[in-house]
Amino acid sequence: MKLPIFLDNHSTTPMDPRVLETMLPYFVEKFGNAASRNHAFGWAAEEAVESARKQIAKLIKADPKEIVFTSGATESDNLAIKGVVEMYKEKGDHIITSSTEHRAVLDTVKVLEGKGKATATYLPVDKFGMVRPEDVRNAITEKTILISVMLANNEIGTINPVKEIGKIAKEKGILFHCDATQGVGKIPVDVQDMGIDLMSFTSHKMYGPKGVGALYVRKKNPRVRITAQMDGGGHERGMRSGTLPVPLIVGFGKACELCEQEMAKDAARLIAMRDRLEASIMKALEESYLNGHPTNRLPGNLNISFAYVEGESLLMGMKDIALSSGSACTSATLEPSYVLRALGVGTELAHSSIRFGLGRFNTDDEIDYTIKKVIEIVTKLREMSPLYEMAKEGVDLKSVQWAAH
Amino acid sequence: MAYSDKVVDHFNNPRNMGSFKKDEEGVGTGMVGAPECGDVMKLQIKVQNDMIVDAKFKTFGCGSAIASSSLATEWLKGKTIEEAQKIKNTDIVQELNLPPVKIHCSVLAEDAIKAALADYQKKADGILTDAK
Repeated sequence: MKLPIFLDNHSTTPMDPRVLETMLPYFVEKFGNAASRNHAFGWAAEEAVESARKQIAKLIKADPKEIVFTSGATESDNLAIKGVVEMYKEKGDHIITSSTEHRAVLDTVKVLEGKGKATATYLPVDKFGMVRPEDVRNAITEKTILISVMLANNEIGTINPVKEIGKIAKEKGILFHCDATQGVGKIPVDVQDMGIDLMSFTSHKMYGPKGVGALYVRKKNPRVRITAQMDGGGHERGMRSGTLPVPLIVGFGKACELCEQEMAKDAARLIAMRDRLEASIMKALEESYLNGHPTNRLPGNLNISFAYVEGESLLMGMKDIALSSGSACTSATLEPSYVLRALGVGTELAHSSIRFGLGRFNTDDEIDYTIKKVIEIVTKLREMSPLYEMAKEGVDLKSVQWAAH
Repeated sequence: MAYSDKVVDHFNNPRNMGSFKKDEEGVGTGMVGAPECGDVMKLQIKVQNDMIVDAKFKTFGCGSAIASSSLATEWLKGKTIEEAQKIKNTDIVQELNLPPVKIHCSVLAEDAIKAALADYQKKADGILTDAK
């Protein structure tokens, strides 16, 4: 076993060596511009792009013509939301989204609100982090033009009832955008069955290269139109100009193909490892709380709060394991995780959370090592914690008058 | 974020971690911070003849908070009450090489020192008053 161990597969994934292999010829040898229509270099590039487009479309049960390449999921979210708001402004300006969306969706909606281009409803989630389809239905107004709800959450892994939401959207004739960044390649996605009209996803969360993503844009029933946010050569059927990064797209295609072929096997393996990690930690450490849905979540996700210890110090004590925390000290904003807060997790427990993100290349040895380390460091830091000491003495921490600072 | 070697050292080998009994003679206890803010420090001093002979801490917080309080106990030992009053958060920042986002950890440690000294003083004054 090699240290450090990478258990942060929600942030990014290592590239599968099989993906790299397919990419290599497209840097030096087959370097053509896929938009060059008049020579062999361009044809070779175009052929490679179209073949990747097919692999990607197949994974999500779409038509290849419905795939628009972007730089990643953040751009896809921006293009989908801003593109719809601009295109359908005569119809209305109301967006329904949820409070646990990724910042790429939330900030995009907030910017549109700030500019007076849209109004928005941010739906709450239940204690497991799930959006209630009925809440979506009740939030719809005559002005609603877009529903944007994520497939699976990046912190807690909870999977939303996307199919039910898609059904409501269809019934009401409203477009449905789904940020499926964490879900595509990990769990089955079928844009037809789920009633999705626009879907964002990215290559580097599924063992492909960074710098390329896609927006699925439905072509019929209904034919979705979006206003381009990047103007230029009119690439990607006018929806996203810019020379296509052929090697990245080839890699993205291969990554999708591998995910499609190995999804069931990968998921079964990850669930077994994740469940073992969860059970061993929870059994050894009292007052550890699972965040998110107990069963309806991504195969590789585990998010636990360890009462009385702070997340950043936990990470510091496990330097040879790459993890992330919902603690304020680890965030750019110095606020504890808004996702955990939206679930109703207390601020102190949000500070104490650790996210384990398992992926294709993790091994049982690594999980064994992690279990041992987590138990060791939580025990050590609890010994050091005045809160743990007080709790052991029977002090109700909620009744204490803290001097907030 | 990379931590300074000194922060890592204090985190891995905390000095004077533990507790005195609060009602023990000569013990002053300072508890500052709040769980919602992500850090709580408990700092205790044991005073004999105006001299801090021992100090202990327990901290809930990030690595820098733990290091700041660990360092504080090291500095407090052997100081008189008057000398201890002069410990400033900026001294801690300098010694541990704390980045700007972690300055509040040093502020908290200074607050904890002040609170422990005040608690000791209050108890000592109380004893004096009783004696009269």
